[in-house]
Amino acid sequence: MSEPTTVEPAAPSAAPAARGVTVEFRGIRRSYGTTHALAGLDLTLRPGELLALLGPSGCGKTTALRLLAGFDRPTEGRVLIGDRDVTDVPASKRDTGMVFQAYSLFPTMTAAENVAFGLRMRRVGAAERARRAGELLELVGLGNRGGSFPHQLSGGQQQRVALARALAVSPAVLLLDEPLSALDARVRVQLRDEIRRVQLAEGITTLFVTHDQAEALAVADRVAVLDAGRLEQIGTPQEVYGNPATPFVAEFVGVQNRLPAERLDGGQVQVLGTPAVLDGEAPAGALTVAVRPEALAVGGGGEPGTVVSTTFLGPVTRLVVDTAAGELVVDTVSRPGLPGIGERTTVGLSTERVRPVP
Amino acid sequence: MIQLAGHRPAAADPTPPLRTGWWRAVPWRDLLGVAPFAAYLLVFLGGPLYFVVSGALSDADGRPTLDNVIASLTAPQYRAAFLSSLQVSALTAVIGAVFGAFLAYAVLTGRPASPLRRTVSTASGVLAYFGGVPLAFAFIAALGQTGLATIWLRGAGLDLYAAGFRIDSLTGLGLTYVYFQIPLMVILITPALEGLLPQWREAAENLGASAWAYWRLVALPVLAPALAGATLVLFGNAFAAYATALALTSGSIPLVPTAIASALSGNVLVGQQNVGLALGLDMVLVITVVMVAYLALQRRANRWNRR
Amino acid sequence: MTRGRRWRAVVLALAALYFLLPLVAMLEFGLRAPGGGYGPANFLAVVRDPVLLSSLLTSLQIALVAAVLVIALVVPTAVWVRLRLPAVAGLLESATILPIVIPPVVMAAGIAFVQANLDGPLFRELFASSLTALTPFYVVLALPFAYRAVDNGLAAIPLRTLVEAARNLGASMAGALLRVVLPAIRSAVLGAAFLTLALVLGEIVIARILLYTDTFPVAIVEVGRSQAGVAVALSLAALVLTWVLLLAVSFAGGRRTGAERTP
Repeated sequence: MSEPTTVEPAAPSAAPAARGVTVEFRGIRRSYGTTHALAGLDLTLRPGELLALLGPSGCGKTTALRLLAGFDRPTEGRVLIGDRDVTDVPASKRDTGMVFQAYSLFPTMTAAENVAFGLRMRRVGAAERARRAGELLELVGLGNRGGSFPHQLSGGQQQRVALARALAVSPAVLLLDEPLSALDARVRVQLRDEIRRVQLAEGITTLFVTHDQAEALAVADRVAVLDAGRLEQIGTPQEVYGNPATPFVAEFVGVQNRLPAERLDGGQVQVLGTPAVLDGEAPAGALTVAVRPEALAVGGGGEPGTVVSTTFLGPVTRLVVDTAAGELVVDTVSRPGLPGIGERTTVGLSTERVRPVP
Repeated sequence: MIQLAGHRPAAADPTPPLRTGWWRAVPWRDLLGVAPFAAYLLVFLGGPLYFVVSGALSDADGRPTLDNVIASLTAPQYRAAFLSSLQVSALTAVIGAVFGAFLAYAVLTGRPASPLRRTVSTASGVLAYFGGVPLAFAFIAALGQTGLATIWLRGAGLDLYAAGFRIDSLTGLGLTYVYFQIPLMVILITPALEGLLPQWREAAENLGASAWAYWRLVALPVLAPALAGATLVLFGNAFAAYATALALTSGSIPLVPTAIASALSGNVLVGQQNVGLALGLDMVLVITVVMVAYLALQRRANRWNRR
Repeated sequence: MTRGRRWRAVVLALAALYFLLPLVAMLEFGLRAPGGGYGPANFLAVVRDPVLLSSLLTSLQIALVAAVLVIALVVPTAVWVRLRLPAVAGLLESATILPIVIPPVVMAAGIAFVQANLDGPLFRELFASSLTALTPFYVVLALPFAYRAVDNGLAAIPLRTLVEAARNLGASMAGALLRVVLPAIRSAVLGAAFLTLALVLGEIVIARILLYTDTFPVAIVEVGRSQAGVAVALSLAALVLTWVLLLAVSFAGGRRTGAERTP
């Protein structure tokens, strides 16, 4: 269920580049017999950026993450971290820190012991381990819970510990495998912002896998949309949302309305009775444009129709209106006086620019 | 939700139970529903147990006494029997536990629900439930005087029987028990092994742990209560077993059950019936201790998985 | 990962060898014909020898009655506990572990005491034959495993919903049990029945101590003293039979739940 995103400004890339390294997927293929989990992925993560891998189940995003972590070998292609080709390097030697979806904390160890585990593997002394673990638990807001066991912590708290644990070894890359999917909605938003804050503070290159497009848009520097093992589009959240490059991206990221448009003189088009500027090229002939729900408005003139459903989402109300141009989804600021189910109203354009459907 | 003990599938029923709560809230009418079951157990299990206890604690004329119990623990032939029983039980428990755990792990790391898994799990069930008779004869067929393995080994230059081995000895019995203990261990430890989440292994690897470090610091601590508990059950299992010994020999091997049977039939000393019952009481006490320890360990093991 | 695979293969191969060897030995031993060579004589002894045959029939009778009793005791109780008394579930499970705590040899001791020292019409009826004397106690021995199997079966079905639906459509409680619940836990119930069969075909401790020598396992052991081949052959046959039955139940049950899970 996507909310019309309050798009955050893109994160400043003036993040401390000290820890940030480049990550590269070069020609990655992962096949199982005749099934291709990844069919040729070429992707580069810039130093210090948080890249969200977004897509539906089975699109290959988790496969890509696991290939980077070293839990899987590509059928073809190379994986590079920094300048290092790590394709043949075992998972335990890759210098990545991974946060799993759930239940990844070692149950017989306290939170502090969990966080210190990676340091223990690197033969760091006990006193130093304890200090660093305390530091990291403070960073994620659990400074006083170091002595608790995982089963004594809530889901959100467990994920914070998991994050601290992954960061303890100062990895070159941070990997997040749908870290918020198993959490309650409220905790999810809190932790999402927390992860972003910590990631920016540490300046660490991060790969964030999710199927929730709102999450991806809110947290990432860039979003890469995958479908069926292929990269559909990569760009900033605004680019991906505002200019979907393929029909899949247009449908998957946010909702879009497909409307017929008439060409007018002077490069303009007319949609729902309103003139607008066409962004982008379109082949000659019948023209269809894509319009986001927040770019439509009800009651102010335009195409007449009947309200089929209204959904109150808090700050925004989503109306579905049946018109001659099809069922249109309109997002409007919640206010009294909006038409209810069965009532007649009009749907018009509330923006000046439209783009053709990809 | 992952459960360690009992290996139950998740409940599929969404409706909440009609009645929960402690004894004040339990309606006595509903208890009637379990009455037949309870009554049956009371008569046919409680009955024999009652006579064992009362017989153990009385003399031949019915007067209360502790002599039998004392005799059962101190008389030389009974002490020897206890020693052998404890030795065989402990040894086969540990051997069975170690090999059973490895086998369970080897089977588990294959594909789930593969024919191999099914065959192993039903075979373990059958071997564990069937009891001593076919087991004893299997080993007679393999390692008896004219057994297949005996003949092969003799052909390969190793004459077991010339070296003093006999299948109907304590050693032979122990060997036979191990055949039984391993499948039981597989059954008992598989749920615990299934409870080892793959995320733990991967997280450990990700943090730089070798396979050995993972096992030592993550997996074995989680498995420890289950392993200990299962070993205890194996111990109790061997301690209580008698069918194999009966089938393998005429009950000539010194064991506690053998001593009980002899005392009852008046084989050794006439009028030893009550001491036999006292021995029975001793056995029950040993196994009770074992089971209580096992249940406590199970509770401990479940702690890691309570959410 | 290939290191792991090789290790697995070695362990499984060794295990297979260890477990198959005695079974193969049993087959070889059982097939040995008097005078050299191989033949089915030992296996056929069960039909040729009247003592063995009658003992098999006796045991099968016992198994049948015991299995029915076990199911009649366990299924309603397990269902009742799940529906009405979930608080007692833990207690009941502990109660079914009790028979394990009291080994058969100790149970036999207690029963033998009664058999030897107590009299009265009730006891005379009880100890009249192996069928009447052994069956009730075999039921006790089978209870822990049967309860486990049935309870697991019940856990996998939406019990409350099924029973309420049946009653809503007019069935009595007993009717709902018989027509709706029992078929739904068919494989668990069959498993419990076959486990009881396995138990009866293998139980010699109680039978021997109480001097009921006309059951199949006791007869086999007796025969084994003079004709080891026959004993080996028939034990193998009983073992394989029960294994095949349990395997069939497992495969049938597995396939069914597999189909049910796909929406």
